[in-house]
Amino acid sequence: MSEIVSEPTVAGASTPDGTDGSRRPRRRRRGLAVVLPPLVVGVAIIGIWYFVSYVILDEDRRFLLKPPHEVWQVGFADGDNLSYMMEALWTTAQVAFWGLLAAIGLGFLLAIVMSQSKLIERAVFPYAVVLQAIPILAIVPLIGFWFGYGFSSRVFVCIIIALFPIIVNTLFGLLSAEQGMHDLFTLHKASRTTRLRRLMFPAALPAIFAGLRISAGLSVIGAIVGDFFFGQGEVGLGQILKRFAARLQGEQLLAAVIVSSVLGVAVFLAFGWISNRAVGKWAAESRGG
Amino acid sequence: MLADVDERGRRVESSEFGGEKMAETALSFRNVSMTFPDGTQALSDVSLDIRKGEFVTIVGPSGCGKSTLLKIASGLLEASSGDISVDRDRIGYVFQDATLLPWRTVRRNVELLAELHGIGKAERATLAQEAIELVGLTGFENHYPKSLSGGMRMRASLARTLTLKPPVFLFDEPFGAVDEITRERLNEETLRLFEQERFAGLFITHSISEAVFLSTKVYVMSSRPGRLVASFDVPFDYPRQPEIRFDARFAELCGRVSQTLRGAHS
Repeated sequence: MSEIVSEPTVAGASTPDGTDGSRRPRRRRRGLAVVLPPLVVGVAIIGIWYFVSYVILDEDRRFLLKPPHEVWQVGFADGDNLSYMMEALWTTAQVAFWGLLAAIGLGFLLAIVMSQSKLIERAVFPYAVVLQAIPILAIVPLIGFWFGYGFSSRVFVCIIIALFPIIVNTLFGLLSAEQGMHDLFTLHKASRTTRLRRLMFPAALPAIFAGLRISAGLSVIGAIVGDFFFGQGEVGLGQILKRFAARLQGEQLLAAVIVSSVLGVAVFLAFGWISNRAVGKWAAESRGG
Repeated sequence: MLADVDERGRRVESSEFGGEKMAETALSFRNVSMTFPDGTQALSDVSLDIRKGEFVTIVGPSGCGKSTLLKIASGLLEASSGDISVDRDRIGYVFQDATLLPWRTVRRNVELLAELHGIGKAERATLAQEAIELVGLTGFENHYPKSLSGGMRMRASLARTLTLKPPVFLFDEPFGAVDEITRERLNEETLRLFEQERFAGLFITHSISEAVFLSTKVYVMSSRPGRLVASFDVPFDYPRQPEIRFDARFAELCGRVSQTLRGAHS
């Protein structure tokens, strides 16, 4: 049985000491290949921006799109405006965080319950779809009507907007374990909870993380939309976007838009990183952020 | 504690089939038939006894109901009629696919069944290590399944089953998906495991040489409905050497099995 070691296998290629030496330079080159193309596009976008500001718009109409450096100066370099935006960012991040957390809890619960019984799945799933189909703008006045115009209403908007991908991905993931593995657990008389904990839940992790990534981005959108409509209490990104727009403060408005998208991107990347850490080692296909 | 379970596992109820000197019957089918709800008749009147220390193989064309037979033996499916007598407490079942959990390393995969049977951590680790050594996966304990070859995955799957020290070992075409060279080697290793553990083995395959090489007895199954049409006793003693494959009697027996199989199929 000693000749087994000589069997051709890819296993040897992934031992830590075997790869460190050979992969590093290639990774650096690949790092450049990953960073350079989007960088080129980014520079091109800024170029077009300048072109529109200075060539297409004449001086009277330049307030419609201020050039990048002015946006930087007025929006970010000005300490007062920056701290104003950062406070709003913090408020919105908190709303998004609590909304996402509640959506995760609720989504997991519903998905787990549905995974345990086809009957419950059939009964509940259509309403998850309905929830997804409701235009958020249509339900926003109702939420304000019921829950007031403060923090909890904003969180509620987040939950509604972020819940569906969590339910669908978690349920899909829980049901993704192969029949053979289920047979194995049946054969050895695993209980319902053992099957859920040792088989269905780990099998679901890649799909769960994919769902979390989508939902995290959506919860940021939900927090901004909620804030846009519900202005009571601390000011968030939605409110400052509204104010800057009302006062025709183009530089600040663009700066606030950039801050909003940075929050969304940061959340997306963070969940990609967590996902890679959690399931990257074993999942067949996992794409890092 | 495990030794106690071991004793119990090998005490099988149907002693009336075996005489004083014969080993106990570990698995017994009496007139077992299986018809699926959609009307497909998978098995018809199958009777079969396997004693401890006996290795029985069923060869038959694809889709003849061989796998159904194992599912019934293990309790995953219930037969439409007939009696089955087997101790299912620690039944060993090796599937067509390795069915390793991709999020577990080889070691943790091999520990899984012991875990499901509530065996403590320390004992589990010892059992897993022994089984890993037995199948020759030492050094790969911390690898994830995705970095293993098909043959190695199958070894891990075998090791996982071995941790239970099963008195009855069911094999559902376990080496169908690996290349011929790896398959021969895995056959030799399976033989060695059998010689060492002396379980009651029921092996399903459509490879005639694999069947003759491993078994004490080879059954030929016809298709639609699956029925045992002939049986052949294999004249080679254990321990067997790989070279018996080149023996004239080996070739002659393979030829006879093959002819019967053709007859049953046409």
